[in-house]
Amino acid sequence: MSERKDITRRRVIKSGAAAAAAAGATPYFFTRAFADGHGYMNAPKGDTVTFGFNVPQTGAYADEGADELRAYEMAVEHINAGGGGMLDTFSSKALKGGVNGKTVKFVTGDTQTKSDAARASAKRMIENDGAIMITGGSSSGVAIAVQGLCQEAGVIFMSGLTHSNDTTGKDKRANGFRHFFNTEMTGAALGPVLNNNYGKDRKVYHLTADYTWGYSQEGSMIKYTQPYGWETVAAVKTPVGAGDFSQFITPVLSSGADTLVLNHYGKDMVNSLTQAVQFGLRDKQVNGKDFTIVVPLYSRLMAQGAGANVKGIFGSTNWHWSLQDEGSKAFVKAFGTKYGFPPSQAAHTTYCQALLYADACQRAGTFKPSEVGAALEGFKFDGLGNGPTEYRAEDHQCFKDVLVVKGKENPTSKFDVLEVVEVTPRAKVEYAPSLLGGELGPYNNG
Amino acid sequence: MDAIFLQVLNGLDKGGAYALIALGLTLVFGTLGVVNFAHGALFMLGAFCAVALQRMFSVSYERINEDKQDFLGNPLKEQISYMVDWVGEDAAAFLQDYSVPLSIILAALFMAIVGIVMERGLIKHFYKRPHADQILVTFGLAIVIQELVRHYFGANPIPQAAPQVVSGAANVGSWVGLGENVIYPWWRLVYFVFSAIIIFGVFAFLQFTTFGMVVRAGMQDRETVGLLGINIEQRFTVVFGLAAVVAGVAGAMYTPVLPPDYHMGMDFLVLSFVVVVVGGMGSLGGAVLAGFLLGILQSFASMQAVQELLPGISQIIIYLVAVIVLLTLPRGLMGRKGVMED
Repeated sequence: MSERKDITRRRVIKSGAAAAAAAGATPYFFTRAFADGHGYMNAPKGDTVTFGFNVPQTGAYADEGADELRAYEMAVEHINAGGGGMLDTFSSKALKGGVNGKTVKFVTGDTQTKSDAARASAKRMIENDGAIMITGGSSSGVAIAVQGLCQEAGVIFMSGLTHSNDTTGKDKRANGFRHFFNTEMTGAALGPVLNNNYGKDRKVYHLTADYTWGYSQEGSMIKYTQPYGWETVAAVKTPVGAGDFSQFITPVLSSGADTLVLNHYGKDMVNSLTQAVQFGLRDKQVNGKDFTIVVPLYSRLMAQGAGANVKGIFGSTNWHWSLQDEGSKAFVKAFGTKYGFPPSQAAHTTYCQALLYADACQRAGTFKPSEVGAALEGFKFDGLGNGPTEYRAEDHQCFKDVLVVKGKENPTSKFDVLEVVEVTPRAKVEYAPSLLGGELGPYNNG
Repeated sequence: MDAIFLQVLNGLDKGGAYALIALGLTLVFGTLGVVNFAHGALFMLGAFCAVALQRMFSVSYERINEDKQDFLGNPLKEQISYMVDWVGEDAAAFLQDYSVPLSIILAALFMAIVGIVMERGLIKHFYKRPHADQILVTFGLAIVIQELVRHYFGANPIPQAAPQVVSGAANVGSWVGLGENVIYPWWRLVYFVFSAIIIFGVFAFLQFTTFGMVVRAGMQDRETVGLLGINIEQRFTVVFGLAAVVAGVAGAMYTPVLPPDYHMGMDFLVLSFVVVVVGGMGSLGGAVLAGFLLGILQSFASMQAVQELLPGISQIIIYLVAVIVLLTLPRGLMGRKGVMED
């Protein structure tokens, strides 16, 4: 009786509040990392090590995610075999079959291109499947969310397709590494090409996806076109997945702008570009100039979706299957023979990330995040399709040449939609590590 | 003035799509009393009828061309269209060009079958179940349909071209005495006229045919119509099929405006439900009126001047209007007494 009296409503509320506070204060992961004495999270036991491939398997980027997964599967085959594809052209020859004497196996998660779903699947792979490293993704929002989680958990995150400056800028983390380029590099590469092709003093209308990548891309385009007298008439944010962009495109007609920059990616890019062409923008003359459209970030998979509308439109890309260096040729041959079509830039960057991680572990002689990270920091390599590349130590961003591409006028196949018009050298797109802000902080080994 | 006129056109065009979907939803709800969350998926299926027809016209066989190479450097496997072999190059090009308008026929036939099978096979078992059960089962069905489409057609949007003759933009400004910047895509104008014809057709069917009269009577008092010896169930099955056909042809014709992807139905469904509620549950006229009204409001809310004044308003305007309408007119704009009030 007396025991029951102790359980008052006030006490239950107090206990509940304390429990909730404790739960909130407890790190995302309970530390079971040191149980085996290796001193880091998910240290592999036995003769296998598990990679976690976190890609969009459903949702708007599912096709891109499927291509990433194909590339990862092929990367694992090549790592375990000690050769094949770009592993044969990779400048580092550390990998001889497996990693640190262990066979690589993998588990997969579905990001659904949603931050919460991506974090949940990464968490599941780390906690339940013992993934030593998480990699993948097709969105900057997702990449930043998963990168934060991997930092908390104490595993390395090798991001997939993420283009926002923030991933290796204000939101960078010590455990996170990006091979893909960013909007700062896109702007630096595209600005001069646009000026050469369209001339100075243009009036620009920006339609921008309303999330981190969109803001980053818009800012970079304005920054790198302003020196040529390109004036921003308006910069309008559009909801992600708007579908019909007509209400955003019609104001362009009477705005006095002679250039439309579509800071959109994926489905939004396909829709907004298709509709802009339908509204006759490409046939217009404004301020005595031909109206022009720019799509700063291209994806070949998405460009296929936009069909003939991409013809003659400039943009940038991280890699393209038509490149003729030995690495690209080896990758296209291996991928094309296995799957019957050329790989996308998403497939390329994820394949590279898997190889780079495995190679770093092999060179470090361990899977411990801080030591693997140290092996990646400042690592200079070649033979992976982008020419000489460096993983900069200060922000964990890869620096390499940037491709400026244009929608091809006379495609010879459905894959042949983009042509590389300029390879902008690394020196022209490089920036000071402090430019994009943020702090790496210390490594977390779990 | 130019900008306002263009936004009215945008709204009418968008409203046309909302109205057509909402019309079908209301037909099903008014007759069968079923809240059909799979209706958006029917719109999407109709859009993919256009994609399927376009692909049927492109079915081809391979021919090795030793003079050209593929991306791996092997002899190129050229795709030769069967259609060219069968009907000649000109006729094949004509069919390709007009695949979207022609897909209306395929969409109408296919969606009628889908609608009737859906109603007989699944929906009829839920007539007497609570609305929550109906919503769950139809929402589940919508997910199954969209995942099937994703499996066969992929996740990326698949653009469909309007026929060449209406592929450009019309100088609407010169028609109404406005500036030369007032141009509007021909196909969007075609779509607006098309949606007006379909809406008029459905109303005429219900208003001026005996079948329509029985359906309207059934909507008023299902039991009494049944007591008169009329097989109202059979009529309602046809109504469900009709609603599916309306959604399907609306989807097929919308493909040049919005490249279809597996998720487009869900995108439209939520908005269309708001349209139905604002128009008044069970009111066909209300659905059409609210469809156009909300389409126009959404377009105006996206204007730069409005955005600067009220940032983000374009994304919430429809829901804001829904709240205001329901607070002032709880049955919606043209809702009838007693519908969903039990």
